[in-house]
Amino acid sequence: MEVRQEKRGVVEVKDDKVFTWPTLVAKEFLAAIFVTVGLLVYSYFTDAPLRELSNPGQAENPAKAPWYFLGLQEALVYFDPWFAGVVLPSIIVVGLIMIPYLDNNPKGNGYYCYKERKFSITVFMAGYVLWYILIYIGTALRGPFWAFFWPWEKWTHDFPTPPPLHSLPLPLGVILVCGFYFLGMTIPALVKKDFFQKLGVIRYALTMGLLLTMIATVIKMVFRLAFNVKYIIATPWINI
Amino acid sequence: MKLLQQLIKLITDNEIWRSVFRHGYSDTPRNRVLQIISNIWLHLHPAKVREHGTKIRFTWCMGGITFFIFLFETITGILLMFYYVPDVNRAYADIVDLMYVVPFGRFLRNSHRWGAHAMVITVSIHMLRVFLTGSYKPPRQFNWVVGVVLLVLTFLLSFTGYLLPWDQLGYWAITVGTNMARATPLLGHEGPFSYILGMKANNDVRFALLGGTMIDAPALLRAYVWHCVGIPVIAAALMMVHFWRVRKDGGISGPL
Ligand code: HEM
Repeated sequence: MEVRQEKRGVVEVKDDKVFTWPTLVAKEFLAAIFVTVGLLVYSYFTDAPLRELSNPGQAENPAKAPWYFLGLQEALVYFDPWFAGVVLPSIIVVGLIMIPYLDNNPKGNGYYCYKERKFSITVFMAGYVLWYILIYIGTALRGPFWAFFWPWEKWTHDFPTPPPLHSLPLPLGVILVCGFYFLGMTIPALVKKDFFQKLGVIRYALTMGLLLTMIATVIKMVFRLAFNVKYIIATPWINI
Repeated sequence: MKLLQQLIKLITDNEIWRSVFRHGYSDTPRNRVLQIISNIWLHLHPAKVREHGTKIRFTWCMGGITFFIFLFETITGILLMFYYVPDVNRAYADIVDLMYVVPFGRFLRNSHRWGAHAMVITVSIHMLRVFLTGSYKPPRQFNWVVGVVLLVLTFLLSFTGYLLPWDQLGYWAITVGTNMARATPLLGHEGPFSYILGMKANNDVRFALLGGTMIDAPALLRAYVWHCVGIPVIAAALMMVHFWRVRKDGGISGPL
């Protein structure tokens, strides 16, 4: 049977090997000790939260998911639950899984280097930072009724009523979205021809599709914050 | 000095000792290798590694620390299981007991809780370092995929644990989280196009997750079983795959 393995040219790997014992094992044990001590000391001084007995009749306000999901909960301000809570996280997970298959730049494999991988590092870092910014907003800046409070403001229940929201007319929304994706797909391909050629059509389309969706998510947030737009596309079946 | 040597000889130079420890400890290359390969736990490692791979500034040690915290959580978690029963009438009281009655219970619960948060943080930092070193590139693509699944499992582990204290914090956090499921397109009864499949509150994905239409005894039991058995077993299995692949993909990545 054919051996299914990627063809790898013969590479001269320079022999810089050292004994695992003790070089690596010693470090691992030290790390384990530090982590244990750190966790135990922290646990000695800080109590894990525990509120009153759960009561289905009395909702917490604000009711917050665990902190690592607050980015998604924050996204609920700008999107319907089917998108913020289900489709968006799915896109993120699938997008992460696809990274190795989309990024066919052979350089920068196994060492830190920004210059050889500007595009991929920039995009990934943008997403990574965005995730944590949203978590920060959701954790620290959202009070009762998920209203926005600056860190120096006190959480109160009487904040000004938010301005009414409106949706864009359907034709305008469709044109905006289609235009955005169309231009976003074509312009980089035309301007950066070698980028397009190196990736090939399929990789290019998937990469840009994911990137544009990430950008569109941010744009929608801006629309909402700056122009009180509820939905870009509003239909009886699905709104976004 | 002589006495000490005699004592050492007495302890080590006999059948019992040698049946356990197969080699001496004098510092020879041979013993350094044996130290790794004759030890079931350490032989996860190759006997020799490329030097940069042992540098903390390269791996940030974050994969290893994530794994270590997973073990830490396993141990503290097992201890917690001695004191906690996932029954809606008892769960909260058991946690209060842990905090105020059980000796070291508060310390135990705190370390399990903070360990869980720490693991979520270290796993995401590990992912960041793997990305920045480009270590997902061929031939390690698949191990990145395994990693992403482990990332999701880490979130789910932490999330299912959140409900167990059965307090307001956990209850409403899980409410917010699982309410998302009812908006799942097609599969959640409030999601777009779900009418096509005839989804209702009592047959959609949220119902399957909670074992009911609201968070109650079945949901607590499900969270408990997933948290203590289901997800840890899956995660442990995938970690074995993950580590195996690190070795099979040519060891820790590095410049050629
Ligand atoms: C429970 C979670 C995880 C554990 C316990 C774990 C553990 C480890 C360990 C111990 C290593 C060896 C090198 C190092 O310490 O950096 C490693 C390497 C690796 N991990 Fe993870 N990991 C986890 C999650 C992830 C995630 C979320 C990703 C990516 C999305 C990932 C991708 C990789 C890859 C590609 C390597 C090979 C890196 C190289 O050769 O330089 N892992 N992992």
